[in-house]
Amino acid sequence: MSAPDDLASAVRDEPATEAQAQERTKPVGLGPVGWTRWAWRTLTSMRTALILLFLFALGSVPGSVYPQRGVDPGRVAQYFKDNPTQAKWLDRFWLFDVFTSPWFAAIYLLLFISLAGCVFPRALTHVKEIRRRPPAAPRNLLRLPHSEAFEGGLTLEQAAATLRRRRFRVVTGDGWVAAEKGYLRETGNLLFHVALLALLFAVGAGGLYGYRGNVLVVEGDGFSNAVAAYDRFMPGSRVTAESLEPFSFTLKDFQASYVAAGEKQGQPLDYVAKLTVQDSPTAAPREADLKVNDPLDVNGTLTYLIGHGYAPTFRVTDGKGQVAYDGPVPCLADDQATYTSECVIKVPDAQPTQLGFLARFLPTTVPNGASWVSVFPGAANPTVQVFPFAGDLGLKSGQPQSVYQLDTTNLKPLGKMSAQPTPLNVGETKELADGAGKIQFTGVKEWISLQITYDPGREPALLAAAAAVIGLVLSLTIRRRRLWVRVKDGTVTVGGLTRTEGGGAAFADEFAQIVTALRGGPPEKPEAAGTSEPGHGTPEPAEPDKAGSAGHVAPDAPTGNAAPGARPDEE
Amino acid sequence: MPAPVTQAVNESLATLSDQLILVTVLLYLAAMICYALDLAFGRARTVVSARRRELVGAGGPALSGDTTGDTTGGTTEDPGPQPVAWAVRAGTVGVVLTWIAWAGNLAGILTRGIAVDRWPWANMYEFVVAICFAAVTAFLALMIRQPIRFLGAFVTVTAALGLGFAVLFLHVQAGPVMPALHSYWIAIHVTAAIVASGLFIVAGVCAILYLIRKDGRPSVLPSREGLERVAHRAIVISFPIWTFAVIAGALWADRAWGRYWGWDPKEVWAFVTWVVYAAYLHARATAGWRGKAAMIISLVAFACLLFNLVGVNIFFSGLHSYADVPK
Ligand code: HEM
Repeated sequence: MSAPDDLASAVRDEPATEAQAQERTKPVGLGPVGWTRWAWRTLTSMRTALILLFLFALGSVPGSVYPQRGVDPGRVAQYFKDNPTQAKWLDRFWLFDVFTSPWFAAIYLLLFISLAGCVFPRALTHVKEIRRRPPAAPRNLLRLPHSEAFEGGLTLEQAAATLRRRRFRVVTGDGWVAAEKGYLRETGNLLFHVALLALLFAVGAGGLYGYRGNVLVVEGDGFSNAVAAYDRFMPGSRVTAESLEPFSFTLKDFQASYVAAGEKQGQPLDYVAKLTVQDSPTAAPREADLKVNDPLDVNGTLTYLIGHGYAPTFRVTDGKGQVAYDGPVPCLADDQATYTSECVIKVPDAQPTQLGFLARFLPTTVPNGASWVSVFPGAANPTVQVFPFAGDLGLKSGQPQSVYQLDTTNLKPLGKMSAQPTPLNVGETKELADGAGKIQFTGVKEWISLQITYDPGREPALLAAAAAVIGLVLSLTIRRRRLWVRVKDGTVTVGGLTRTEGGGAAFADEFAQIVTALRGGPPEKPEAAGTSEPGHGTPEPAEPDKAGSAGHVAPDAPTGNAAPGARPDEE
Repeated sequence: MPAPVTQAVNESLATLSDQLILVTVLLYLAAMICYALDLAFGRARTVVSARRRELVGAGGPALSGDTTGDTTGGTTEDPGPQPVAWAVRAGTVGVVLTWIAWAGNLAGILTRGIAVDRWPWANMYEFVVAICFAAVTAFLALMIRQPIRFLGAFVTVTAALGLGFAVLFLHVQAGPVMPALHSYWIAIHVTAAIVASGLFIVAGVCAILYLIRKDGRPSVLPSREGLERVAHRAIVISFPIWTFAVIAGALWADRAWGRYWGWDPKEVWAFVTWVVYAAYLHARATAGWRGKAAMIISLVAFACLLFNLVGVNIFFSGLHSYADVPK
């Protein structure tokens, strides 16, 4: 820089330049302390934080490409079945558990440390910056990116007052006024980074102290919030059985409505689950409607409606005339458009042999040639087709079994197995072959599946995210700018610069307005208020390429010259 | 008592909406032709060195590429031959046509919304139509303050292609939506995503032109620096909006799915897009990455945005499958 010293210092007084310089020198022959310092500096540099953020994003991509155990274990199992060898290799790299994998956690932790290590020293510097007075005026204001000279009777006091009115921070010296504005930019920037840290904290805390569980409830049944009542329960490591909110409810009724006709026939329109809720064992029961997008909230524990289906009810009488089963059987929909559902009924108590049934539930049955199909998801004409089996259900083997699957290895079909048995209407009974008993289709209920979540990190995470946006907007929209006025022998010179990338054009506007205000006269023709031509009014003409950057081209602050990889002053 | 849900679709309005969109496509194409005439027969300039170029009229927008004006008085710039008068006029007609097409696009969206009595961006067809509208809106809004008419041909052709793609491959009959979308959040989350996407498209067009443009050769396009500045401005505006859209998505997910963040494919790609745009903004703050490198990062981010829209909706399955893409 050939600029005079005072200009250089006025412009380039950003903190931590020494640290930057050290950061870039490789530790040659340093002891362990030196290496540690170097590692810490490297880790906490802005560039490392950027790379880690990039890696964080890159690392999440396989989580969208491969099925994830935490989201859909069924699809992972399917993947193992379809490509066994590939799946084994993918699994070695935790690609089915990306978001809980050690390498993902490593990125996350390093990012956390890097942000923290970068942000706290910067915050301290910023606090000092905020307290500091604007730097003294450089000797030659006309060499600044924005400058202007005019004759007039302006006094320093008037200039200071004008600038203060524009909410600049102002100091006056011997023959000059210095003013600065836009400190909120760095404040916003720091807020953004601190908020990101807080967000990571909130997510972590939610994982430790929160829990999530799933349960399926059939109409008429109830649920009370205890670990044993869940079908699947995923607690954070700090959750104890006592920390569960002691509420309970019964499902009185579930209603689904569908588009009745037209091209979109069968598309769901609305779901409502009618609950009777007790917020605690001693509280008075209250009625509540549970809907999609409208969870039930009991002191921060939220119950969500996430699925539904049919649960036809059956009464099975065994070969000895005993009622061996009487109740609903939740079925899984095969086809969302018609809600044709598959059911499995296991009757381990049947005598003399165990009974098992596969059943197909058709909510709105119509004959279709020699077969029957469902044409609508609502239960307008519900029937079931039943496929009976007898033998050993395989429950004693100790292997856990899915309630939605019938293990037919030791079962034999009862009677002649047809692909399209005549469907049973509600109330109808099917006699089983070989005197094995009978099964009656007694009615239709519906089930809902619920997710129950407690996450104490929700609100902090939201606050942190909101703070991050505010910080971001501040740091993207506010420009840090400095302005100096010198008055000497009736000549007023004004010079200014913005230390923000891309802020040149907008600052030129503001600069022109300020100059007009300082002149006190009517607005001059805009040309005169513009940035100075290169060399205009300058004793020694600047070199051409300096003149270029001193003209109008953004960024007009020399801070943009920071070497690649150095921690930028602003982001 | 089952909640009454209006499901009647005003068929004639829905048909009108479809026709309006078709007319809009044609109007965008017509506008594109006018802009192209202006570009082809307008004034070509040679920027010798962007760094030496000196602009006067500081308060004004600092672009040298106003194809109709001659506000740039750079001494090192070859002003080129005087433009043909009718070519300039063609450019003006292009602007007028764009405004008319914009109104048609808006009317198409409004009629669809009224026909189904809900927010008209709940499936991929409606969403893409709205994004095209947002891109043209962003262009027209930016043009009020900046001389970016040169972008007209590229923005209108993008909008025409986008709408054409939506009409041909994504169109679904107007109708009610699934219960998961019955929420005021659709107005917040999806609207923000649309506005941000529209601006990102304008920035993406600039970035592509930047890579095509060679300084030192005559061109009707503004200097690379001018292009970069428009792209940067668009991204600076849209990045916070995008951030807001993602956070609003998380808030909605907290209502609808029982968790605010679950690494669903759409969430993953929204996050990836966010990070890459953030990286672009960071990169610009460090001098070493200005210019071509920064523009390439912005294009990578833009590719992530498009992948999230097209790729994730079509190839991945997840909770966020409201696209309703016709099979
Ligand atoms: C953290 C949660 C969420 C994120 C990060 C997210 C992200 C996004 C993004 C990036 C888009 C832009 C459009 C695109 O590229 O396709 C979008 C669109 C959309 N979002 Fe979300 N979203 C979230 C939650 C939700 C929720 C909970 C719903 C509704 C239940 C929802 C409904 C929609 C709809 C309807 C669209 C527009 C149409 C479409 O893409 O099919 N989003 N979302």
